[in-house]
Amino acid sequence: MARPALLQRSVLPGFGLTMGFTVLYLSLIVLIPLSGLFIVTSHLSLSDFLQIMSNDLVKKSFTLTFRASFVAAVVNAFFGFIVAWVLVRYWFPGRRIIDAMVDLPFAMPTAVSGIALAQIYSEHGWLGSHFSFPIRGTEIGVTIALIFIGMPFVIRTLQPSLQEIDKELEEVSASLGANRWQTFTKVIFPAVLPAFITGFAMAFARAIGEYGSVLFIGGMIPGKTEIMSSVILSKLYEENGHIAASAVAIVMLAASFGILLAINLVQLWANRRFANAQ
Amino acid sequence: MSLLTRAQRTDYGSHFRAVKEATTEPAVVKWFLIGVAVLFMTVFLLLPLICVFYEAFASGWELFKKAVTDRHTLSALKMTFLATGITVPMNVIFGLAAAWCIGKFQFIGKSFLLSLIDIPFAISPVIAGLLFVFIFGTQSAFGQWLQEHNIRVLFAWPGVTIATIFVTFPFVVRELIPVMQSQGTEEEQAARVLGARGWHIFLRITLPNVKWALLYGIILCNARAMGEFGAVVVVAGNSAKTNTLPLHINALYQGYADACAPFAVATILAVMAIVTLIVKSFIEWKISAKENRL
Repeated sequence: MARPALLQRSVLPGFGLTMGFTVLYLSLIVLIPLSGLFIVTSHLSLSDFLQIMSNDLVKKSFTLTFRASFVAAVVNAFFGFIVAWVLVRYWFPGRRIIDAMVDLPFAMPTAVSGIALAQIYSEHGWLGSHFSFPIRGTEIGVTIALIFIGMPFVIRTLQPSLQEIDKELEEVSASLGANRWQTFTKVIFPAVLPAFITGFAMAFARAIGEYGSVLFIGGMIPGKTEIMSSVILSKLYEENGHIAASAVAIVMLAASFGILLAINLVQLWANRRFANAQ
Repeated sequence: MSLLTRAQRTDYGSHFRAVKEATTEPAVVKWFLIGVAVLFMTVFLLLPLICVFYEAFASGWELFKKAVTDRHTLSALKMTFLATGITVPMNVIFGLAAAWCIGKFQFIGKSFLLSLIDIPFAISPVIAGLLFVFIFGTQSAFGQWLQEHNIRVLFAWPGVTIATIFVTFPFVVRELIPVMQSQGTEEEQAARVLGARGWHIFLRITLPNVKWALLYGIILCNARAMGEFGAVVVVAGNSAKTNTLPLHINALYQGYADACAPFAVATILAVMAIVTLIVKSFIEWKISAKENRL
């Protein structure tokens, strides 16, 4: 066989045209704007960067963003697993409706869910009035909004994975004397673990970048419920604030790309494990 | 063994029951898990949805109508339709072009191109807005040039639209590529050999083959475009003129409007979300029916 060609010959037309348009559109909408961010940050010296980052309010927003996002992703991982399990394994009235509803956080604009959550968890709200402590305007409120927007990720990545498990594996496990819990922890859970981790990481990444739904229930109180997205916005309105905004943005970007990389590594690990098993 | 009757020994019913018991959970566990799942979904998903409609009508039909037909609401509706009306066709054209060259041809650097297309998924909406502030703002040379020529992009509809295009960028193309890839190129090659022209092949063979995936991508892209908040809030600024529906909801919520007003406006978007879910389920059902037929 010849060396792999840059483009394999094909009788189909239109490669040049569609490729040209794809690259042009991609550059105009994504690549050039993204490079703009790096140009702005290149004016930033390391000491300026560290000074911006060591600001008390910025540090607090970092801690809050990562902590609330992590807790929300853990909650979603736990309940998401149960929901995915129930939707794949059991039949019950209303199953299809629940299944369709899982995507609601994707379909519903964050401003809409944001004001609804703020209302429900306010002191006089349907749920908020039952708690002795305030939820709206606190870290708990922020976390609740992040649970809402991250929910579909764990469920939707787990569902196909749970469906693929061979029923025979479970029968073998049972006939070898394992009880149901052992079968679950030793056969089923390891099989879906890569999907589980991926869903968790996606929910975590999404939560870190969220803004709209947190705005209303959290209130973006500086030093208390202000998350990183909001810090970027408020810096932007300050005099010469765009450099500080870009510094915070770079940290957030690094976090999201780091998580994305981790997801890819998990997939790679899962594929290799699968290949070995065969 | 000898104690078993002949009938018991060939009791396949109890055999299957035993297998089923060994590979499912006890009924108590099962219904407990269903209960937890339903409760979780009700509290976190259904309740907010109900709340929007309840609050919207809590002060009566008249106030609801007043909020929905208010001229600021109508102007926000127009802005949302304008931005969405440009975004969706643009991303559809891009999606079809990119899926054609990625799905139907083999070339070096394909996976790199795919990861570039995914970038907007990894970028937080507020940062997406920030990118366009840096490009079109007066701190950049391009922004200054725009200002000299009196072209307003930031804090005007072009900025809102381009930010919306950015955040919805991968939606259509991401649905199309796997379908175009899995369908291969045989039908198109046959058409080509039989003398069909490029456009003809595309319109008569490729497009009908990917129509459900395309529609799927369009409704996801549409829902996100109509509802985008974070990216738009950065480029739109604080002006009633550039408010989209989500920004208008925010303005009503933070301002001195009737308590029901933001929820009344929110019902427009909530209905859009419900329709999206219904259409989405319908397409999924169509696709799985098609797969079962094959």
